[in-house]
Amino acid sequence: MKPWLAAARAVGVEAASRHADDVDQRARFPAEAFAALKKEKLLGLLVAKSEGGAGAGIADVVAICHELGQRCAATAMIYAMHQIQVACIVRHAGGNAWLKGFLKRVANDQLLLASATSEAGVGGDVRSSICAVEEQNGRFKLTKEATVISYGAEADGILVTARRTPHSPASDQVIVVVPKTGYELDQESAWDTLGMRGTCSNGYQLRASGEMAQVVPVSYAEVSAMTMLPVSHLVWSALWLGIATDAVARTRGYVRAQARKKGGAPASAGRLAEASSQLQLMKANVVASLRHYEAALGSEDDLAAPAFAVAMNNLKTGTSQMAVQVINQCLLVSGLAGYRNDSAFSLGRHLRDAHSAALMVNNDRILANTGNLLMALREDSGLLE
Amino acid sequence: MPVYNRVEAQIRSILKGTDYLQVNVDGLAEDADLYAAGLNSHATVNLMLSLEEAFDIELPDRLLRRRTFSSIRSIADALAEVGIKAEAA
Repeated sequence: MKPWLAAARAVGVEAASRHADDVDQRARFPAEAFAALKKEKLLGLLVAKSEGGAGAGIADVVAICHELGQRCAATAMIYAMHQIQVACIVRHAGGNAWLKGFLKRVANDQLLLASATSEAGVGGDVRSSICAVEEQNGRFKLTKEATVISYGAEADGILVTARRTPHSPASDQVIVVVPKTGYELDQESAWDTLGMRGTCSNGYQLRASGEMAQVVPVSYAEVSAMTMLPVSHLVWSALWLGIATDAVARTRGYVRAQARKKGGAPASAGRLAEASSQLQLMKANVVASLRHYEAALGSEDDLAAPAFAVAMNNLKTGTSQMAVQVINQCLLVSGLAGYRNDSAFSLGRHLRDAHSAALMVNNDRILANTGNLLMALREDSGLLE
Repeated sequence: MPVYNRVEAQIRSILKGTDYLQVNVDGLAEDADLYAAGLNSHATVNLMLSLEEAFDIELPDRLLRRRTFSSIRSIADALAEVGIKAEAA
């Protein structure tokens, strides 16, 4: 096991798990888990060694999200969203000295990065912006009505999408990296939700300014297709798999306890087997998609191909639904023991957290997008290549 | 009025019949960035379908890339690759 996966496992068991119920009940930021993740230097994992990071790959982050997802889904989601932002800068900074310097700070100072893509007035379409980068003398100003900035108040920097110029169409977007010293946030809405309560995804008006060098040099369309979208779907799926994995583990514990008392597996063990089979499918999907992404990484053509986008979209819509199905199965197995909030077999938080999966970037929107992409798909690849 | 060759005129005519762009197609240079003019990824697929219908072709996988649809010229180049060529105007 790689040292950082072992470290993440320890953080999961000792910090994230211990405070998960309190984070959930009070809808508060998982501060203990993030203090521990920063102490273990796990926020700068993707930053190149030459810039002070660990030079790790997406597979390492995916494995950590899976690990944390089993302990505290909100912690895993915040960690996942942070790494999505880092992955975008790492891949698309090009020769931009400001962005490279910022990556060094991410690694050295263990900065936590958030994202401001959602905006009031675009109907939930993150590929459209109303706000724009307003340039003057090499500097920019930007004001965004961000309907959601997860852990915005706790972040050390935010990546903001906006139109390239005030004259650009809504779809011609760029992404701007703004450290905490470069923005002000006015909270406009709170986050009191069914699940994923610890992500503290409040709404804010964001007012940012800085140097033009903070604008990522390629279009957001490219950043999104090549990095943000595939990495998001991979790390999210991994943590949803983590939630479902812990639900199955708790339920297995319940069935084993019953079996010990009665001297044999109860009838409900058959349904546990079904849950375990679904979990295996989910896991296979995550791992195969991760390998697909790793194989495409070296070629911009492969990353931009419709078949790749279809595969990554299918991963998201598939695993997000399956996580809820697995937990529902588990609930039928453990019955009231799983339904109770005060039992060791409780599945309430798991179920509530998992229900966010189909909604965060709504599956209906993704399915419509995939349906459109399928018109450009020529043939499916073979079984083993 | 500038004179376009047959293929370019037909590409412009297809673009004019849609709301994919937020600028007047007549004012676009042949190498102007269509994404900067408002073309998004959803519309790109629809544009591909319109081109396939209009020219009775099927674009191969290797041409189904963002850059293929990035300008009127790059679209014309892709069409030329599958045998749709314009005579000199």
